[in-house]
Amino acid sequence: MAQHETGIEGVLLDEQTRVSITEMTRVCGVSVEQVRLMVGEGLLQPGGGAGPDNWSFSGVEVRRARRALRLQHDLELNLAGAALALELLEEVEQLRRRVRALEQQHGVICEVD
Amino acid sequence: MEYKDYYKILGVARDASADEIKRAYRKLARKYHPDVSKEPDAETRFKEVNEANEVLKDPDKRAQYDALGSGWHAGDEFRPPPGSGGGRREYEFSPEEAARFSDFFASIFGGAGRGAGFGDVPPGARDRGFARRGADQTARLRISLEDAYHGSSRQLSLEMPEFDKDGRLQTRTRTLNVRIPAGVTEGQQIRLAGQGGPGMGGDNGDLYLEIELMPHPIYRSEGRNIHLRLPITPWEAALGATVPVPTLGGTVSLKIPPNSQSNQRLRLRGRGLPGKTPGDAFIELEIVNPPADADAARSAFEELSKHFAGFNPRARLGV
Repeated sequence: MAQHETGIEGVLLDEQTRVSITEMTRVCGVSVEQVRLMVGEGLLQPGGGAGPDNWSFSGVEVRRARRALRLQHDLELNLAGAALALELLEEVEQLRRRVRALEQQHGVICEVD
Repeated sequence: MEYKDYYKILGVARDASADEIKRAYRKLARKYHPDVSKEPDAETRFKEVNEANEVLKDPDKRAQYDALGSGWHAGDEFRPPPGSGGGRREYEFSPEEAARFSDFFASIFGGAGRGAGFGDVPPGARDRGFARRGADQTARLRISLEDAYHGSSRQLSLEMPEFDKDGRLQTRTRTLNVRIPAGVTEGQQIRLAGQGGPGMGGDNGDLYLEIELMPHPIYRSEGRNIHLRLPITPWEAALGATVPVPTLGGTVSLKIPPNSQSNQRLRLRGRGLPGKTPGDAFIELEIVNPPADADAARSAFEELSKHFAGFNPRARLGV
């Protein structure tokens, strides 16, 4: 059965989007304590005030948190392991982009005798 | 439906020990995890590996699977053995678990599971009593750089698990018309609240669309910044000139300062992808010589050569 729904507008999770701790827990399906642990691990860097109640996160961090939780769960990692995996993955992604850019800049190789 | 060779999927022998199975599973899970792997079929492989592990790690399920016999080959047309309703044991699966498993799995162990995109469940969403939140779904959205710049609408067809009126899990094809805002960048996600898998007495899951930008023939994007190599003539570089430059927003005039060289970069502020802080366009100059394929052209280059007899572009190389 197919069903059509039109004109759905989502929320772009970019740096400008701000997410409260309550929204973060709901979106990730975790407790405040688990978010606090991720912040303690340096995985998330909340803006806003000092206490968790005043914390706000960027949309990009929503993706990071979900990714870290998935890695943690699916690969049975602890939080520190998931944080390390995530940092390395992000570095690899950045390097891949650089390589692609440099490859594009390189000219065609011409063999000469 | 197709027979699945779970031993082959994990790459272990039929008499493999529980430890061997665990080791093989862990290794493959790391290799094909959709967050880690760059292989195009990672998602499918990860699901297969999980399904194989789900069966082989559990002595009861493994025995039931082994009872089908060892004469099967992967891909063989499989029909559940007759009378399997009688002695066979049915297992309980949550909808998001069932959604991960194949028809073959469901025919042996119950749970009307069908593949449904790559469903993932926030770990904390499990086991909250009876009310269960639906599974989050993630889908990739490949769009052109032009669409990222201007914003666009996309029609998506997604397979979603859903409960029918008898509470059985079914797969339904949903068509969504989604607006993609202007200024999205590679890897960004759009969250569509409540558009994921159905909840059971709880909220629906969310749908996440992950943006993937298609390679562009002339532009390259880095976040919101756009890079472009711009060919110019030797005299435009030497004397300075105003030349047309394509940008995502249309052609603009660029002033090339005199004495420019190849690989110099000029910045057009705010001409990248739009946003609260729009990206910039970086124009990298590339001096292109006209072909010296006619006598007149060659003599023009000879004139230059005579005039610049003392110029050594390799002075820095010590030759």
